[in-house]
Amino acid sequence: MQLTINGETYADLKAGMSVLDLLSHLNLPKAKIAVERNKEIVPKSGYQAVTLQDGDVLEIITFIGGG
Amino acid sequence: MAANTDKLVVAGREFSSRLIIGTGKYETYQQNADALAASGADMVTVAVRRVNLTNPDEPLLIDYIDPKKTVYLPNTAGCFTGEDAVRTLRLAREAGGWDLVKLEVLSDPKHLYPDMEETMRAAKLLISDGFEVMVYCSDDPVFARKLEDLGCAAIMPLGAPIGSGLGIQNQVNIRLIVEQTTVPVIVDAGVGTASDAAIAMELGCDGVLMNTAIAEAKDPILMAKAMKHAVKAGRQAYLAGRMPRKKYADPSSPLAGLI
Repeated sequence: MQLTINGETYADLKAGMSVLDLLSHLNLPKAKIAVERNKEIVPKSGYQAVTLQDGDVLEIITFIGGG
Repeated sequence: MAANTDKLVVAGREFSSRLIIGTGKYETYQQNADALAASGADMVTVAVRRVNLTNPDEPLLIDYIDPKKTVYLPNTAGCFTGEDAVRTLRLAREAGGWDLVKLEVLSDPKHLYPDMEETMRAAKLLISDGFEVMVYCSDDPVFARKLEDLGCAAIMPLGAPIGSGLGIQNQVNIRLIVEQTTVPVIVDAGVGTASDAAIAMELGCDGVLMNTAIAEAKDPILMAKAMKHAVKAGRQAYLAGRMPRKKYADPSSPLAGLI
């Protein structure tokens, strides 16, 4: 399946991945990040239960330096 | 007043320092962490951005500044509409679990003045969504009153444009805002050097928020220390109550008993 993550296209991802699977696949830490799927926040408690669908648009954010 | 009982209280949370510092523009996160230690601040502003997917091993702010020890105040820098700001802070709340946030909705990148119409709209949305909103605003007492009436947790007027270091440009307005406001007033933006921070505090502000003044000083750590002292000195001078201004000299030594 194909996903758009932080504005970039990721093709050939395994179908049926959960949010948790994707975070592991991308080697992302699970602390202090948030995931938005098609403009809806995915709560941390739902990372395992939410199955990603072909064409989903995801934003994954964290905290960086700022004023 | 004893120094240890004079605390900044925002939305029921106590802070031992009246100085809040940013975490942008430092050469490294390590330098940022050292400046934070030197400043004595216990709250930092942070930005919310996309994770770096191409380099997940890149250093993280949380590895240098521990959010368990220092309160992270997520901001909406870079947001130009109320919807952007609300979306950003909802994500921040999910990432960190914090509902104390800094709202800033900007207008023109040239002066980074707040768009007060959008700021008001975003503040309403955020407050109804359970956020405690510390709001960056113009130094207009009328808008400051409106934001307080909406239920903002702190009013944060600019002293001068963000990153300009021009100091407190309109002391009369800042003082008017201080006098009318019952929640904390924190000068946010415009401070260039220690005396600017002291002036803000002498005007009766409850705190000062700064980033560039420290991060772009030649020696950020030393400037952080200077700001710590300036904020304390300004606060103590405000509490002490300054002498009246007089038009003519008044000798300090008695005139009686002159030989």
